[in-house]
Amino acid sequence: MLGGYHGRLLEVDLTRQKTRVVELDEDVLRKYVGGRGLAVHLLYKELGDRWEQVDPLGPENPLLILAGPLTGFYPGIKVTISGKSPQSNGVVGSVVSSEIGLELRAAGYDGMVVRGASKDPVYILVDGDRVEIRGADEMWGLRATELISYINRKIYPELLKKSMAKGVPKEPAYIYIGPAGEARARTAAVMAKLAHAAGYGGYGAVMGAKRLKAVIVKGYGPLPRPAEPEKMQELMGKIWEKLIARHSFRQWGTAAGGYSTGYVSSSEPIRNWQEEWHDRRELGVQSIETLWAKRFWGDYGCPTTCMKISVVRRGPYKGSVTDAPDYELIAYVGTNLGIFDPEKVVYMSSLVDELGFDAINTGNLLGFVAELYEKGLLDSEMLGGVEPRWGDPDSFAKLLELIVERRGIGEVLAEGTYRAALRLSQTLGQDVTRYAVHVKGVAVGAHGVRSKLDYPQPHAYAASVQGGDHTSVATLPPDRDWGELWMVFADSAVICAFNAVDFDTMLAYYNAVTGAGLTRDEWFNQHSRRILALQRILLLLGGPDVYWDPRIHDDNPARFYEPLPSGPRKGMAASKGEVSEMLRKYYAELGWDEQGVPTREELERLGIGEAYRLVEKIRNRLGEK
Amino acid sequence: MSSEAGQFWIMRDPLRCSGCRLCEVACSLHHEGTVWPEASRIRVYEPAPGVDVPHLCSQCDDYPCVKACNFDALRVDEKTAAVLVDPEKCTLCGACVVACPGRVPRIVPGKSHVLICDLCGGDPECVKACNRAGYNALTLVPRKPSPLHKLYADHPLETARRLAPHIFGERQVV
Repeated sequence: MLGGYHGRLLEVDLTRQKTRVVELDEDVLRKYVGGRGLAVHLLYKELGDRWEQVDPLGPENPLLILAGPLTGFYPGIKVTISGKSPQSNGVVGSVVSSEIGLELRAAGYDGMVVRGASKDPVYILVDGDRVEIRGADEMWGLRATELISYINRKIYPELLKKSMAKGVPKEPAYIYIGPAGEARARTAAVMAKLAHAAGYGGYGAVMGAKRLKAVIVKGYGPLPRPAEPEKMQELMGKIWEKLIARHSFRQWGTAAGGYSTGYVSSSEPIRNWQEEWHDRRELGVQSIETLWAKRFWGDYGCPTTCMKISVVRRGPYKGSVTDAPDYELIAYVGTNLGIFDPEKVVYMSSLVDELGFDAINTGNLLGFVAELYEKGLLDSEMLGGVEPRWGDPDSFAKLLELIVERRGIGEVLAEGTYRAALRLSQTLGQDVTRYAVHVKGVAVGAHGVRSKLDYPQPHAYAASVQGGDHTSVATLPPDRDWGELWMVFADSAVICAFNAVDFDTMLAYYNAVTGAGLTRDEWFNQHSRRILALQRILLLLGGPDVYWDPRIHDDNPARFYEPLPSGPRKGMAASKGEVSEMLRKYYAELGWDEQGVPTREELERLGIGEAYRLVEKIRNRLGEK
Repeated sequence: MSSEAGQFWIMRDPLRCSGCRLCEVACSLHHEGTVWPEASRIRVYEPAPGVDVPHLCSQCDDYPCVKACNFDALRVDEKTAAVLVDPEKCTLCGACVVACPGRVPRIVPGKSHVLICDLCGGDPECVKACNRAGYNALTLVPRKPSPLHKLYADHPLETARRLAPHIFGERQVV
């Protein structure tokens, strides 16, 4: 067996109330690594032939909680949440910082597969060798801090009691859903701690559909032994030095982007992306940092500590607690809703966290609704009496309430921006999907492409196998740092991309842990492309409720073709010609055809020629149009 | 920086702790040769987000753990003042855990003796890691006999309850 792996997954079946251990094949681990790559492999093997029929919110869709070989070894801690996405109907590898990856590994597993669905609310408890499915009636409905408090009052003491003579074992790690996930809202996240979210993909809804409130894990053992522990330790020291030297990122985290992405890069969503430039100094980090109760906050083994804790200590939003907020939240539940007051942004951020919403997809949805209201396409009567106005957090809070209760318009909005736009287009008798700023059902991250001053290239989202995900962007050339092939490594070895260093050092780290002897060429020309091709195939299979046609949906949101109305890049817009040219080049580089469908030759070269049977299904569907 | 006896004490400041747990990584790499969080002699508890409690032996002046041991398995290192465990004599009875006012000693599945901070022989890895990253939640100071050290041998959840209002105000989270 390779170093750094247990080679075992814990499988919990909620329908049959049974658990078992699944052994992983070494060849599979070499090729698919862990995390996102392993998720793609497992889903393809198990569901590939009936992918279009699998309802992401049905019991057949497994929830995957997968660590990787570098989980717990590489500085920082992440775990990948996956399954068939209720947003894209493909696979999204949705990463979240959570010590559940570490605790699972300390309990002897490289990850967990949750199958089936429970009739009544449940949570899963793993305490060393013990695995239990337990009733969660008392937990159901709890918001984030209420749940944290409940676990501290009811579950942690139980673990402590059983271990009384053993000192005080550290508290367990857990992932959970808030009321948003319970309501199966497609913009619900799988949450960890308070502001940590596996947001993209909508896996909070998958947990909600399984009636699974939380997964709580406490492990006691060592991590599986690395192949070359001394080499690993040497590399860890080198990477610590590099990360510790990133002074400004450590000082301000991503929060500095709240001003700079707007003012410097002209690529920040403002009022549902109607603008991308602003000069609102009050949103600058010099004012946000005054809210910080904690400037340096980190997850396990992370010298960067880019997180900060904001607390509002006065006024109507007193008591709101959140992370920095992160840039994506400042943008999506701040500027995208016309909110520029830092205390109001902290309030909105803490509210989406408490309810278990992914702030990116949910802020995107709220901005969409507010624009329809602004344009007079939706009135307050249709919105259950709510008048969503730019800059007014209270009106947006009311919309969130309607969603978690699935009341009135909340029933429609719980479907997320794209699906809500489809339904509203029918109700309103006119196409409102042009105001939905998404790619393949996934909200576009808060980095626009129009100004060409930010990192995403014009085709970044259009060609991504994870839709609007700003962390998994298509690049030219495809093997660039921060491109998809690179990110598949980070998401599969399962490391925090914010702690990434040069690829060769990360590769050396992976080899020191696993002893796999992987080369750069093997990664960029074989393994990453195999994972990406399968992910692309499953995305294009799609279904059952929506399907993607690359000729239509491999594209930017319509909004990105409207000229920027303000700022130094006023007048700039994405160009259809340029985007299609870049798509063509990107697909050609990957060995895919002009529609971005992997070719038989390429699949055979990657040793997965049998996947062509699925490509034929895609071709048949596209041919019928 | 040296005391008359050449002994050091690890000063700990939960208000500066980032919860990054580099100290734990460094400790288990040093003592166990791999990453083993539960076998780390220092732990950082975080029962609520941002409420971070570094927890390790305080070397109480009266060493209640050493006194409580019926098997002569614990002794005080003359050089460092740390509590040293004799793995041959330790029976994992847990008397030291119960005697410790902070329940600091730890018995972990897979280890045949109780785990107590040995100050790495005088050059603690946890402090180096914390200082290297610039948090200085742990700092090495000259050790002089003081009853104040013992105050830091506190149950981690008690410390957490006192810390939590910094972030959560009057809300009960811990």
